[in-house]
Amino acid sequence: MKINDAVFGALLLALGIAVLAIVQGYPKIPGQQVGPALFPGLIACGLCIGGASLLWRGWRDRGATPWFAAGPWVRSPRHVLALVVVIAGVVFYMLAGERLGFLPCATLLLWALMWSLGVPPLRALVIAVISALAIHFAFYKLLRVPLPWGVLGGIAW
Amino acid sequence: MTHALMQAFAMVFEPYTILVMILASLFGLFVGAVPGLSATMAVALLVPVTFFMQPIPAIAAMVTATAMAIFSGDIPGCLLRIPGTPASAAYTDEAFALTRKGEAELALGAGLVFSAVGGLFGTAVLIVASPALAEFALNFSSFEYFWLVLLGLTCAVFITSDRPLKGLITLMLGLLVACVGLGNPAGFPRFTFGNTEMTGGIGMIPMMIGMFAISEVIRYAVDTAPPGEVVVDKVGSVLRGQWALAKKYPVQILRGSTLGTAVGALPGAGADIAAWMSYAMSKKFSKEPEKFGTGHVEGIVESGSANNSALAGAWIPALVFGIPGDSITAIVIGVLYMKNLNPGPTLFTTNPQNIYAVFMLFIIANIIMIPLGILCIKVAKRILKVPRNVLMPLILIFCIVGTFAINNSVFDIGVMLVAGIVAYLLEENGFPIAPAILGVVLGGMLEENFITSMIKSDGNLLAFFTRPIAAGLAVLTLLVWGFPILRALLGRKRMAAA
Repeated sequence: MKINDAVFGALLLALGIAVLAIVQGYPKIPGQQVGPALFPGLIACGLCIGGASLLWRGWRDRGATPWFAAGPWVRSPRHVLALVVVIAGVVFYMLAGERLGFLPCATLLLWALMWSLGVPPLRALVIAVISALAIHFAFYKLLRVPLPWGVLGGIAW
Repeated sequence: MTHALMQAFAMVFEPYTILVMILASLFGLFVGAVPGLSATMAVALLVPVTFFMQPIPAIAAMVTATAMAIFSGDIPGCLLRIPGTPASAAYTDEAFALTRKGEAELALGAGLVFSAVGGLFGTAVLIVASPALAEFALNFSSFEYFWLVLLGLTCAVFITSDRPLKGLITLMLGLLVACVGLGNPAGFPRFTFGNTEMTGGIGMIPMMIGMFAISEVIRYAVDTAPPGEVVVDKVGSVLRGQWALAKKYPVQILRGSTLGTAVGALPGAGADIAAWMSYAMSKKFSKEPEKFGTGHVEGIVESGSANNSALAGAWIPALVFGIPGDSITAIVIGVLYMKNLNPGPTLFTTNPQNIYAVFMLFIIANIIMIPLGILCIKVAKRILKVPRNVLMPLILIFCIVGTFAINNSVFDIGVMLVAGIVAYLLEENGFPIAPAILGVVLGGMLEENFITSMIKSDGNLLAFFTRPIAAGLAVLTLLVWGFPILRALLGRKRMAAA
């Protein structure tokens, strides 16, 4: 996904200004000239200068480069779906992982992503279940990472 | 010293460490050989596993996996014309042209043998240079460190990237991320927005996993290019003819390894840039430059040794100063801190056995690369057939679990996802990623040394130039800053003249 430099420039300029505004409220350290605001303040100045230059450059070349140019994948539903599943899958895991448990969440996420990438659904399900169990074994049993059990809490092994 | 060497020997040749090295080698060879999975990603994926190991096996895993991955990236380049890792991209067309001529084994063999040679050369420089540098660095104060870090960041922006403005911006973003949390000289919570998870700062490891693994999963998900086809049925003996090549191109091997080590040691530039530069250099100085691009092995010999020597070169500033030479060592530094092996000159004086062990690991990794590499080439066709639409979902779930494993925190998974999306968008739009990583890794160090120096000098900026080494580093930094401006001015003059 190509975005015109001017858009990035404007966003960075806004970020720089926001940081400058926030650090104004940081405390001064008595008897010293340097406080916690100095370093982020300098970075924010850098962001403002960089953002402004980029904004100017993008604006100057606006005829040559479009504001937004999506890749060829946008016209392919399969690829859009795959992208959505990747991002939504991670968000889903973050929200539901604790309650549903690792095994159901991981299986679902693996199955959905494999299916959206073109693996036949049944084969995807078999691979998803086996790999979820294998990863669970490696991390929960061998490395002792407290992966949540969730709904399977009653039959935890 | 003998005692420390013996201790190092014992640590390295422990069965557990050897087993880890073999497994890491196989993992590295596999990751390198699958297009879309890079050597940096191999390290990022290893972190959660090494988290549970002793320091030496953990380092062993990362050293061997990266060395193998940089070599095996040549395999799909040669057989499919798709580089397995960015470090092989420079000579992929050349290698594929050799394959077309029916000389795939010559290209693969040259990649393998001279990878090992370059790796050993880089290791030799690492062994000789880093203790000497460390001794020198023992006298450094906050002023020298401030300039050194700034010089490193400057190099990453101005020398190793062709887009200084965008590099500068990603550097600023990285530095800003490093500001988050309580970890600043004043101990004041910055940019935490009242979130308790953020008071500890943004986790470096989740961010790296996001930037190097999640971004690749996203790139694969939206990749519409059709997969490549293997054109070779059988690869013959890869070692045949390599000795003749070594005798024919000794200068090229030496030049590639030297350039590679130097580029590797420069912050922000790693194996991929080393390979591009030395391929160009090889063509420029070749007696038969017209043959380049038509399946001529000379460039592969030179840049194949360059990219592996860069790996070892990158460890020099990483171990001595804590300044990563490439994105791989940026992750390694994060791991060293987690293992209480804080990089810096004192690492060489207080625990020399650990440093000797690292040297030994490098030597072993580059030696076992040859037999394991041959094995990998033999099964290459099968590796290239591994369905990536199964592999990528597995990598995604592994990233989630691995990120969670570091702190048992769901928040870190969010950091990983955001870092992955941001890295993907930035890279798609021509922003170099390396300066951002350096900014994140070095932001704390830069601020700490800056503030300490300011307090010491009572706010007098001139004090930054009074110590001789500090002044030298300062001049060097300012020269690098002035370089693009000078070039722009000269270019304008030339244009005006023409």
